[in-house]
Amino acid sequence: MSAIAFPDLDPSILSRRDEIIAGLAALLPRECLVTTDDERRAFETDALTAYRKLPLAVALPRTTEEASAVMRYCFDHGVKVVARGAGTSLAGGAIPQEDAVVLCVAKMTRILSVDYANRTMRVEAGVTNLGITDAVMADGFFYAPDPSSQLACTIAGNIGMNSGGAHCLKYGVTTNNVLGVKMVLVDGTIVEIGGDHLDSGGLDLLGLIIGSEGQLGIVTEATVRILRSAEGARPVLFGFPTSEQAGACVADIIGHGIIPVAMEFMDKLAIEICEAFAHAGYPLDAGALLIIEVEGSDEEMETQLGKIVEIAKKHGVMTVKESKSAMETAAIWKGRKSAFGATGRIADYICMDGTVPTGQLSRVLAGTDEIVKSYGLRVANVFHAGDGNMHPLILYNVNDPEEQRKAERAGEEILKLCVKVGGCLTGEHGVGIEKRELMPCQFTPEDLAQQMRVRAVFDKAWLLNPAKVFPLEGRIAA
Amino acid sequence: MIFYPGSEAEAAENISAARAAKRPLAIEGGGTRAGLGRAAQVEATLSTKALTGITLYEPAELVIAAKAGTPLAEIEATLAARGQMLPFEPMDHRALLGTIGEPTIGGISACNISGPRRIQAGACRDHLIGVRLINGRGEIVKSGGRVMKNVTGLDLVKLNCGAYGTLGLITEVTYKVLPKPEIAGTLGLFGLDDRRSIEAMSRALGSPFEVSGAAHLPAGIGGGKSRTLLRIENFAHSVDYRLRELQKLLAPFGDGLRLIEEEADALWRDIRDCRFFAEPRQRAAWRISTAPTRAAALVARLTSELDLSHFYDWGGGLIWLSAPEADDAGARIIRTVLATIGGHATLVRGSPDLRSRIDVFEPLAAPLMKTTAGIKASFDPGAILNPGRMYAGV
Repeated sequence: MSAIAFPDLDPSILSRRDEIIAGLAALLPRECLVTTDDERRAFETDALTAYRKLPLAVALPRTTEEASAVMRYCFDHGVKVVARGAGTSLAGGAIPQEDAVVLCVAKMTRILSVDYANRTMRVEAGVTNLGITDAVMADGFFYAPDPSSQLACTIAGNIGMNSGGAHCLKYGVTTNNVLGVKMVLVDGTIVEIGGDHLDSGGLDLLGLIIGSEGQLGIVTEATVRILRSAEGARPVLFGFPTSEQAGACVADIIGHGIIPVAMEFMDKLAIEICEAFAHAGYPLDAGALLIIEVEGSDEEMETQLGKIVEIAKKHGVMTVKESKSAMETAAIWKGRKSAFGATGRIADYICMDGTVPTGQLSRVLAGTDEIVKSYGLRVANVFHAGDGNMHPLILYNVNDPEEQRKAERAGEEILKLCVKVGGCLTGEHGVGIEKRELMPCQFTPEDLAQQMRVRAVFDKAWLLNPAKVFPLEGRIAA
Repeated sequence: MIFYPGSEAEAAENISAARAAKRPLAIEGGGTRAGLGRAAQVEATLSTKALTGITLYEPAELVIAAKAGTPLAEIEATLAARGQMLPFEPMDHRALLGTIGEPTIGGISACNISGPRRIQAGACRDHLIGVRLINGRGEIVKSGGRVMKNVTGLDLVKLNCGAYGTLGLITEVTYKVLPKPEIAGTLGLFGLDDRRSIEAMSRALGSPFEVSGAAHLPAGIGGGKSRTLLRIENFAHSVDYRLRELQKLLAPFGDGLRLIEEEADALWRDIRDCRFFAEPRQRAAWRISTAPTRAAALVARLTSELDLSHFYDWGGGLIWLSAPEADDAGARIIRTVLATIGGHATLVRGSPDLRSRIDVFEPLAAPLMKTTAGIKASFDPGAILNPGRMYAGV
């Protein structure tokens, strides 16, 4: 019996499964509809692997029109639809149920246009995050949000969760880098929101849709902003005796008017895990590590680094190690970006994603440690220090239900602590199923009711990704 | 009648009472943007004048929060004392609209007001990270918070930023701020036509030098020859280096000249506030957002049919137009052309009569209009908050 509940299944849908599959089969070519047990299993979970539910069927439309046809069919027949990109959600955002059709954009992978003069790109929603940057990198451009899963995750999923990454202190998150979307509404209506220009003509519907976790519609195309890469970028490793000193250094750097493009934090356990995997030269004797990246010309980087090193010295930095080559830079980032994967080599884990005011980092780190220890478990911390987005990885054994429950309880307590010190439940992973029941810790009943009334404008019957975001009790349909 | 609630609870009472009495309310901050939007059909005014004060400022966390009626000047002075700023450079509408009073942070938030730096740093809506508001049901609702990375629940912050008070009375806002750059430097290119100037701006904005302002003033706008202005803000050594590099990059567009700092600052203020169109007052002012490479052709097409003056900000992506008020101030032609080219037009200045006759904001496709009306009803079922300010019935 798993700890996170799912809504009751709709027997009228389950009993009509064959009919619904036949209906969908009339709309899609054979290779775009997944119905067998074996094939459906590939869609039963995402990166929150402790929970698995087979979908009724999986639709893989190739075009917006096909997506629209599927949506209209499901709407007409009262079938729930769970949106899916690459299935990398850590919050269970893409986990389906037996009475729901998964609508996966994985076959919509074309880059439709690249416009350097206006610094925009139009892509289909199944293009991967890294695929966007890859398409323009040779010409010196990039797409800024860079979640660790960027090799696999799609722009559709990034839009669903308003994904961030390591560089958003300077460049912002998805919502700051998307200008327009094509979206299929619950009844199959296709709408264009925004465009390749700045700001919207009416209410900021784009801002509402980004981060809405597949509850308002299915995004099939997006226009994103691309930026010219800096002349150069250089990550530097700063090893500190303690987390407190590293945290104070971060605050002091910002206090000096310096906004490095990235400031990543790792605690001792995370350093050990990542170094064993990436051999990036992380200082194993340090209690905490900051990876600080600066950008610009060589001279600009020298100057800025000089200032940062001076500040770090005031906070007792033990080691300062600059990247001396592109290979070293790649290794440093490989270690950081594979932190989750590397952790997965030594244990199962759940990853929390609360954000806290940066002034509270030390307090929350100490609190996290205490909470996890009280359950007899271990925690590795690796996170975006500049913006206070924590990522405690709570290690446990997925085959031990008791330990899983302990890990989940510890996670809950950590998130409550994040909210208590002025932060939030999730910085970039989304609520999904994972944090759904914790929403009342952060929001009042009025706050949640207002969000649900807005949700109902798009989806009165709660057909779209219905098991997510809002507590199962007390839902509002209009 | 004007209400001046001194607290969130009092404001909630005012709104509940108005809803019960079916008495629509105008939402007002400093009143400096009173002429923006359609004329709302109201019987009383709810002012944020007594909801003031900075409630949180943590320079090391790059965050500031204030009650809605707090004057912008107070916030900017508080930030400047710690070497920080609001990154989005909000426009001051007083010169253009001929209004008096003090712009408030709540008004800026409700109208999503940005300026030239929007092209690089993002808009008001990109930096607003938390709001507290009273919806039309008289309920206190919060969204977002005080941390800059937050995807918890639906983003009602952005929905309210630029909703012109039609969804709720914003009572308190929280912004992400940035360090003030050490200096600003501006490179001027002279005598370029619209098309060439936009090419130059695109090249500059596509460079690695982080251009934070890119505007083109055609001949006769605030001076004689046309001027293309490119601004870089950073530490002094970086500005020097980057302007030199930019000048090299833009050599095909003529010999650039670094402007004297005070002169450049004044120009950027004029561009931000659209001061060039302040006089004559009887002319209408439009703001068009489109893709830069289509802007010059759009303007050429419009000027062939209308008696217009214009200039560009945001690298050409923002076109300011001054048009005669007569008839529809060019609305039909502007929107017909935009429909094929892509973008949206907002009437920023027009007589109350004009603003009641034409769509001030870009008309929406039917499904989006329906959604917009639904969202309005979800916040304000009695339609008592600034009704009709954005669209008829919204």
